[in-house]
Amino acid sequence: MTPVLSVRDLHVEFGTPAGLARAVAGVSFDLIPRERLGLVGESGSGKTTTALALLRLIRPPGRIAGGVATLDGRDLLTAAPAELRRLRGARIALVPQGAMNALNPVLDIRAQFEDLFDAHGEPRGRAARRDRIAALLQSVGLQPEVMARFPHQLSGGMRQRVCIALAIALRPAVIVADEPTSALDVIVQKGVLATLARVQREIGAALLIVGHDMGLMAGFVHRIAVMYAGRLVEIGPVAEVFARPRHPYTRALIESLPRFGPRGVFRGLPGTAPSLVSPPPGCPLHPRCPAAIPRCAVEPPAETRHGPAHLARCHRAEEADLAA
Amino acid sequence: MRQAAREPLLLGGLLLLVILALAGLLAPLVVDVSLAEIGAARPRRPPGGAHLLGTDTQGRDVLAALLVALPRTLTIGLLAGLIGLGVGCALGLLAGWFRGATDAVIRTLADVALTIPAIAVLVLVAVNVRVMTVPLMAVVVAGLAWMVPARAIRAQVLSLRERPFVDMARLNGIGPLRLVVTELLPNLVPYLAASFVAAVSGAMLATVGLEALGLGPQNELTLGMMFYWAQYGGAVLRGMWWWWVPPVAALALIFLALLAASAGLDRVVNARLREAP
Amino acid sequence: MATARYLLARLGMAALVVALALVINFAIPRLMPGDAVEAQLAQLSAGGGQVGDVQAVAAAMRARFGLDQPATAQFAAWLGGLARLDLGVSVVNYPQTVGSIVTGALPWTLGLLGAATLISFTLGTTLGGLLAWRGTPRWVVVVALPLVTLSAVPYFILGVVLLAVFALGLGWFPAAGGFAFGEAPTADLRGIGLLLWHAALPALSIVLASMGLWAVGMRGMVISVLGDDHIALAEAKGLPPRRIFLAYGLRVAMLPQFTALALQLGTLVSGAILVEVIFAYPGLGFRLYQAIQQKDLFVVQGIVLLLSVSIAVAMLLLELLYPLVDPRVTAGRA
Repeated sequence: MTPVLSVRDLHVEFGTPAGLARAVAGVSFDLIPRERLGLVGESGSGKTTTALALLRLIRPPGRIAGGVATLDGRDLLTAAPAELRRLRGARIALVPQGAMNALNPVLDIRAQFEDLFDAHGEPRGRAARRDRIAALLQSVGLQPEVMARFPHQLSGGMRQRVCIALAIALRPAVIVADEPTSALDVIVQKGVLATLARVQREIGAALLIVGHDMGLMAGFVHRIAVMYAGRLVEIGPVAEVFARPRHPYTRALIESLPRFGPRGVFRGLPGTAPSLVSPPPGCPLHPRCPAAIPRCAVEPPAETRHGPAHLARCHRAEEADLAA
Repeated sequence: MRQAAREPLLLGGLLLLVILALAGLLAPLVVDVSLAEIGAARPRRPPGGAHLLGTDTQGRDVLAALLVALPRTLTIGLLAGLIGLGVGCALGLLAGWFRGATDAVIRTLADVALTIPAIAVLVLVAVNVRVMTVPLMAVVVAGLAWMVPARAIRAQVLSLRERPFVDMARLNGIGPLRLVVTELLPNLVPYLAASFVAAVSGAMLATVGLEALGLGPQNELTLGMMFYWAQYGGAVLRGMWWWWVPPVAALALIFLALLAASAGLDRVVNARLREAP
Repeated sequence: MATARYLLARLGMAALVVALALVINFAIPRLMPGDAVEAQLAQLSAGGGQVGDVQAVAAAMRARFGLDQPATAQFAAWLGGLARLDLGVSVVNYPQTVGSIVTGALPWTLGLLGAATLISFTLGTTLGGLLAWRGTPRWVVVVALPLVTLSAVPYFILGVVLLAVFALGLGWFPAAGGFAFGEAPTADLRGIGLLLWHAALPALSIVLASMGLWAVGMRGMVISVLGDDHIALAEAKGLPPRRIFLAYGLRVAMLPQFTALALQLGTLVSGAILVEVIFAYPGLGFRLYQAIQQKDLFVVQGIVLLLSVSIAVAMLLLELLYPLVDPRVTAGRA
């Protein structure tokens, strides 16, 4: 199945007073139509930066330093500004993290849609637009009357649904969701995610969803990708990755999820994420890794395959059972 | 703090003010200050010869008068700014820390005081005072310079008091007064500095405004009063430019210096503006 | 509902300000040692006038102006007078009423100050917005710099310089007055032309000296707003840059500017007073100056009260209009 979005060797750097920080260091993956790919990692792992880079929303002092992101046969990362504007919103759309602040506070919901329609030239005509807005709002579980309200009059969950409706309005091929439920209550989270999955299925788009909650991801995505220190360390079908994680970091993330059952020690990884300006040589995880061997401090691990779609970057990924 | 030392606008502004202050303070070494008195020299002489900046209609040597008036104007501004800042800071701390009724009262007071045009109250007071002196002027002007520092400090205190380090201090049993002084004040220093410059600017503006209307100190010459006497004596209409240009120029320099200092401080406090186009 | 509560709050505040202004206006002159009558007489006799039996004259004047009553009675009388829009009489130009002086001068000040503030605010805010935009041509930035520097100096300093250079030096503009000397303003073409010609320099002083402030404030706001999340989403929707800048950036950044305008009203008026003095422009500022010179207590009081009340009213108007531009406001203040 040909991927709808193909990312190869993406590099994003940030200029800091301490030097150049490599927020994303050579990330590659594909997005298959109709699938949901989850991108997880701790803060500073580069997951949000990766997602935003696809839409070229990286602002100075950050910049995209290399790589290719192919959509519809065009490279998103080097497209001319006019072309980029054409693609954004219509072929690749964003569901932002904090809908609190993502909607223009002085425009009503209808105007937020009209702006999108104006920018892309369709649909035309007042009636057609009104009907489309009403249909979109209903598809995300909101009443059409909402279009006359202002963002501050809606609850957090409702605002997030509006953002989802905006993202699917022009039936894009790819939806990028940047932690869409992090700012919401747990109960509302489930509802919003269910809505997102439903509309994604309805328009046949591919969804890249960024998050840090492994538990939430596990029940939602088809494939999961784990990032650490700007690198993609493991990617594969979610059931497989959870059953047989090949990377120590993935394993640690899974083991840190609380479980029902006999009480045990709450497991985590000691230490903190490495500096992105001067990362440790070899594998970036090695200072904290429970399975580290001398080779890890010298040589960055190559990608190894562990199933049709399951890849990992670890010198010890081949080993069947890794003792901590 | 180190950023402040490197900010060119701030340094430039402060330097200019220091130069002006020194010029005024060192004046007696350079010119004969008795020439600044009424009747000290022949009136209405244009610049040249013994009088580098000429003389006014009342026989004052303009250069001497300028150098005598300069430190007085700066004093009023500084004094008023300090008093305004002190009062404003105290009220802002009280309002921000104790919140509730205290905050409501102080805040309403400040808002109302801000609405009433300063000039209105100052004019009323100045008109009814028998003899206006430099210190009295400073107090009067300070009376309406406390509001902006109060608001700024209050806003900062409100946000700071929610920070974890304040809770830590409280849990350690540190009493409110000591907390405010040792924990809050160090964090408020940049805002205090910015408020001070703003207070001094505002005070200078009000002072000069009052003086230009003739409500300044009657017997002590300040830059604003020099301008008033020049206006009163028809200096502009008579073409006696040497009489009104020096005080105006000196005032312009003072205000420019204050603007530079405050813009520089603004940048230090808010680093984002530095990256803008 | 929320709108009504907001309106009531604003009205309440305005009423409070007016009440305070009334009290201050009344109290301060009477708290100071000496009174207007004394000052008046002192002035008259210092000027060489014959006043005869000073005590008798003083007593008569006091009785006439009600200054021999107890303070509460005076306050009540004054308030009563205010209710009838009677601001008292000019001690110096007796029997001319303060009211007539004020109504004669008010239109001039309103016209000058109103127009100048409007022009300055609009131009300054636009300039500030442009300064924050990447696509602004270089010359705009170059022009903006001296304007910002000019905003540091008080209006009247700029006024004096303009007067000296353009009126007295080059003779392009009149040096004094609001209209042709000795004439009353007419509504015809010549009259309007004369009005504008006389108002040009004073207005220019105010505009040039205050524009910089608005520009700097607006620029700061726009830069701050452009970093907000809703701009990012707007970009992600593929909206054209101009639309994003205008409707998502400027429109949101403008709101605090209006608040700043309301807060600045007091300062604006103060500056304008002196500009009128410099140009002998027959507005409230000029009359105030004259009254101060002559220690004409009631005129000073009346004008100062009027200024305070007008500013309070202007602020109230602005605050009432604010919900129209910012839909968030009626939902209640933070």
